[in-house]
Amino acid sequence: MGLARRAVLAAGGAGLLALLLAPSSARARPSLQEAIRGFAGSAEIRPGRVRFDIPPLVENGNAVGVTVAVDSPMTEADHVRRIGLFNEKNPQGDMVVFHLGPRCGRASVATRLRLATSQTIVALAEMSDGTVWSAEADVIVTLAACIEDLS
Amino acid sequence: MRAWSCRALLLLGMALAVGGQAPHTDRRSGFDFMAPETQALQQDDASNPGMLWVLEGEALWQEPAGSAGASCAGCHGDAAKSMRGVATRYPAFDSATGRPIDLQGLINQCRQARQGAEPFAAESQALLALTTAVAYQSRGMPVEPVTDPKLTPFVEEGRRLFERRIGQLDLSCAACHDQRWGEKLGGSVIPQAHPTGYPIYRLEWQSVGSLQRRVRNCMIGVRAEPYGWGAPEFTTLELYLRSRAEGLPVETPGVRP
Amino acid sequence: MTRALINAPKSARRGEIIEIKAMIAHKMETGYRIGPNGQPIPRDIIHRFACTYGGVEVFAAELFPAMSANPFIAFTTVAMESGTIEFAWTADDGTVERASVELAVT
Repeated sequence: MGLARRAVLAAGGAGLLALLLAPSSARARPSLQEAIRGFAGSAEIRPGRVRFDIPPLVENGNAVGVTVAVDSPMTEADHVRRIGLFNEKNPQGDMVVFHLGPRCGRASVATRLRLATSQTIVALAEMSDGTVWSAEADVIVTLAACIEDLS
Repeated sequence: MRAWSCRALLLLGMALAVGGQAPHTDRRSGFDFMAPETQALQQDDASNPGMLWVLEGEALWQEPAGSAGASCAGCHGDAAKSMRGVATRYPAFDSATGRPIDLQGLINQCRQARQGAEPFAAESQALLALTTAVAYQSRGMPVEPVTDPKLTPFVEEGRRLFERRIGQLDLSCAACHDQRWGEKLGGSVIPQAHPTGYPIYRLEWQSVGSLQRRVRNCMIGVRAEPYGWGAPEFTTLELYLRSRAEGLPVETPGVRP
Repeated sequence: MTRALINAPKSARRGEIIEIKAMIAHKMETGYRIGPNGQPIPRDIIHRFACTYGGVEVFAAELFPAMSANPFIAFTTVAMESGTIEFAWTADDGTVERASVELAVT
């Protein structure tokens, strides 16, 4: 057996072993794309109509204020049904899904999220006609100074 | 990330001179060093999470407790009137112990002596809620100077604790908070360490906590053994911090990263 | 005691869009933190928030562990008739915390 082939086999074997031994949390979580698909189903996702405000740099990832507003008349015939927020690097991709309707008057929500680390966040809006619109933002998360070992 | 900032701290510690002056001429609250979003969070009572503790404290104020079946309201009436200005004068001298006492200590002293109830545990939800609600009544009022001559030796002791190098990183509070305020530690801006927002909602804790808890975090940060909960060193240090913050407005419940 | 803070106007004109801010005290334990014994601390969060106005659900949210502790939600609703606006937060263990405000519509 040539050296190269042995090396490839060894690398493959090591990789397989690592995967088998990896704790479940280390196996890849559903990707951002999969989380988005979970919300949008088979609808095409179009960028636009969603105004997504999130600070580009936050001094603590535990309480990141976000605002999502969607351009919509919010009438019975034409309104936002759901707004969802999704992330790339937290332990899970879903963050929150808001259920709206014509009674809201405006499609505008605000909340506070936890971000585990610097990453991309995506806001999706599902309209009453079934179309899905999106906006995304990159956030840098810095760590606090002088913390406890386990609070 | 934390290991990296420890090495940075070490280099910082070696470069600094011993001792330092309190920032008398340019005194600024920790509020000034925060990101605009965190500032906005503190200023909006409808979204400041610390207000949940004020709400709970106001409810506890009405609750009868202990063998006397007395509530805070029973003696002190409307907290908005009777507690107004109190937080600006604490820590104060306690004749019963001959030492400074802070708001939390005072609340527990009242609980035992006048309500006949068990004192609240250190850092317990109830104690934090009551302390926050009481301090909140002084929001916007300037911290009073420490004028009681009986407190002078304790202020000096507090200064000594503030300027004493501690821990594996051999740093004093003054090294960062007198001499390096405004500069960065990792991703965070170093504030001047004023006590005006306490008890604060710290984003890192996702909860309201006391000045003692925050100082313990700092002591762990420089790899020192933190003083035990309720240790006299904390009240002495808090007294010195009060004297150092003279004139700055109370901000309770402050929000800090 | 339900530690909840609701910020909403006390009165509005019919058809006016009002803003409501709702915040409740809750640790929102994610289920991803490791405890002192090396085991993950079990998840315990509020997973649903609903606003009912005159008996009709006008707004709701599904919350996941990525929501901050002491969850805060701001939203809008159209002032239709005078009445009670009710809020309900459902936790993982099934308990429901409630709060309400009165709205006078002219």
